[in-house]
Amino acid sequence: MTESEVFLQQVIYGLSNGMIIALVALGYTMVYGIVELINFAHGDVFTLGGFLALTIVGALGAAAILDPNAAGESSHWLLLFGLVVGAGLFCGVLNMTIDKVVYKPLRRAPKLTQLVAAIGVSFILVNIALFWGGVPMESFGGGNAAAAPKDFPEILEGSNLLGEESNVVLRLEDIAIFAITIPLMVGLTLFVKKSRLGRGMRATAQNPVAAKLMGIDTDRVISATFLIGGFLGGAASVMWSVYNNTISFQMGFRAGMDAFTAAVLGGIGSLPGAMLGGILIGLIRAMSDQYIETRWTNVVVFGVLILILVFRPSGLLGLKQREKV
Amino acid sequence: MLTRRSLSVLALAALLSPAAALGQSPNGANRSAQDSQDIIKIVSSLPRTGSANAQTTSMVNGIKMAIAEVGGAIGSRKIVYEDWDDASPQRGNWDPAIEAQNADKAIGDPTVLAYIGTYNSGAAKISMPKLNAAGIVMVSPANTAPGLTKEGFGEANEPAVYRPSGRINYFRVVPTDDVQGAVAADFAKELGKKKVFVLNDREVYGKGVATIFEKRAREIGLEVVGVDGIDPKASNYKSLVTKMKQAGADVVYFGGTTQTNAGQLAKDIVAGGLRATLIVPDGCYEKAFIEAAGNRALEGRVYITFGGVDPEKLEGKGKEFYENYMKAYGDKPEGYAVYGYEAAKVVIAAMQRLYEAGTPITRATVLEEVGRTKDFSGALGTWSFDANGDTTNRTFSVNTVKDGEFTTVKVVN
Repeated sequence: MTESEVFLQQVIYGLSNGMIIALVALGYTMVYGIVELINFAHGDVFTLGGFLALTIVGALGAAAILDPNAAGESSHWLLLFGLVVGAGLFCGVLNMTIDKVVYKPLRRAPKLTQLVAAIGVSFILVNIALFWGGVPMESFGGGNAAAAPKDFPEILEGSNLLGEESNVVLRLEDIAIFAITIPLMVGLTLFVKKSRLGRGMRATAQNPVAAKLMGIDTDRVISATFLIGGFLGGAASVMWSVYNNTISFQMGFRAGMDAFTAAVLGGIGSLPGAMLGGILIGLIRAMSDQYIETRWTNVVVFGVLILILVFRPSGLLGLKQREKV
Repeated sequence: MLTRRSLSVLALAALLSPAAALGQSPNGANRSAQDSQDIIKIVSSLPRTGSANAQTTSMVNGIKMAIAEVGGAIGSRKIVYEDWDDASPQRGNWDPAIEAQNADKAIGDPTVLAYIGTYNSGAAKISMPKLNAAGIVMVSPANTAPGLTKEGFGEANEPAVYRPSGRINYFRVVPTDDVQGAVAADFAKELGKKKVFVLNDREVYGKGVATIFEKRAREIGLEVVGVDGIDPKASNYKSLVTKMKQAGADVVYFGGTTQTNAGQLAKDIVAGGLRATLIVPDGCYEKAFIEAAGNRALEGRVYITFGGVDPEKLEGKGKEFYENYMKAYGDKPEGYAVYGYEAAKVVIAAMQRLYEAGTPITRATVLEEVGRTKDFSGALGTWSFDANGDTTNRTFSVNTVKDGEFTTVKVVN
């Protein structure tokens, strides 16, 4: 492989990983923007999205759908689309329910109480994922080893689009990540900028009391925020599972950590910031793996985060806002 | 104020009273604490929360079989077995805090006469010095890091640091990585490979065996094109695979376990278009690894070394073990089941020898008697413990995966 091929390859991997991180980061940043809560359970909502996706694939009978003779390429895309919507709705509703049941009663409690509650929810969800891993389905390895990482079938054909002889590997999965995350991000931006509910969100983020006085139903706005954030997390979990071909009950831990870092890097509360942060973290990881050493990658990522926060305490695209945690 | 003071007085009294009793008649107290107890407790400390659980279940079944074979008792004393978990959901892997807790719990319970564990060498580092100071025998069915018992492999202070009492209390029934790493390197050469990339998971076991592999690879003329430590929690290793591709590696050695993401690495090697053979150590010799990596990433591309042979291929008493296991549990045992069985067996055999000789069965006598094990005829053949507490058994097998099952390609003695 020549130097430029290596660089191109790392850019592809960096962007693909980064896009997924960005989708998860949006969920953190939206919730923080509105209720100033770092929703530590978000990563675990993401995990459950992956488990739901594998359950659906297993129930549909992965082998039958994925048999290249039985169905064309289009049905694979259809399945992927269905999973994104299905897992997205599931995670969105789950996230909204968590807010209703756990966070809402604590809305006026000290910030720390909410934070600890979020950590508690996170533990509960991790354990639900552990149980879920034990369902007696073939796609879960018969459920014998609940905690083992599960193989996620290749939904999209895995050959190299640039030809098997090419040194640079570009697969349908990479394309799918772009094809799904970019419209989601554009859609979200338009929604927040143009729609009535989006205006309500921005108003609530700026000043919840004033927003309420202006007749905005802030409870509804908050619910919608959790729903949308959860939806994006669910969509990300499907992309993550399809891209890595593995799910495990711990997948949300690192994904959540990366996404939270991305949200802070970009400026927590800022939507374009979360997207930029996610993509940057993906790229930094790939470049560090290549040009430094894998063992230093986490050090590099958090080193960059610290540097940026020293010079821009509110993140790359963050605005100076009222009091932060 | 007053209540607090009276509380502390009470606590002091509670602390002092057993000590006072001990001071009055050390022999009497000792006997009542250990000898005249009517139960013998054996505990195991193995990872139950995480993907190693299937392997652990299998080992625990082996231990239970060994106990059942003597009718669950030595003479009139009943053997009570407790199966402890040393992992936590947060790590999905062994947890240092829990391993330490388990060791303390064993020490605090006078009826515990033997400690079977650990699965991970890193966990053994935590409990070894504690149990050594307390004089409880510890038999590991699965630790392979050589530094735990031998000088010159791990840190400079190993293994003395695990033996604060100066005696040896730690034994293992499984051959160590100084053999395993070399077997893997020799096998890579046998496959006609030239350039190796050595990875580890930055744990005691993984880094240890990878270092030995690397040393041996250099000795036998393989070119080491790169060495790195991976983050076991990373979502994928595609970028790293690209780096290995650029380095021209035709063999990747990963010192690690299923729990430290060997399955994902196997997948990403395929997805990243790296045409190299992956060789992994015995920490991946479990069904969970096949499940995690998926068949398409394994068949013909991965080799797994293991200190022993496929349970199905055991001979003599090992064959009996395999058949009894199948009968009792209806499922093929994992690779380490027989080691769990053998570890319990060797402890029970020592207790029985003590009983037959009329010697009281205490922590101290059991420890001494286990150390005397010589020419033990068990499921793994006839073997002894050497001066370091290691087995004299040196059998290794190289395995691959076919149709979702491990198949042996080579046995090295």
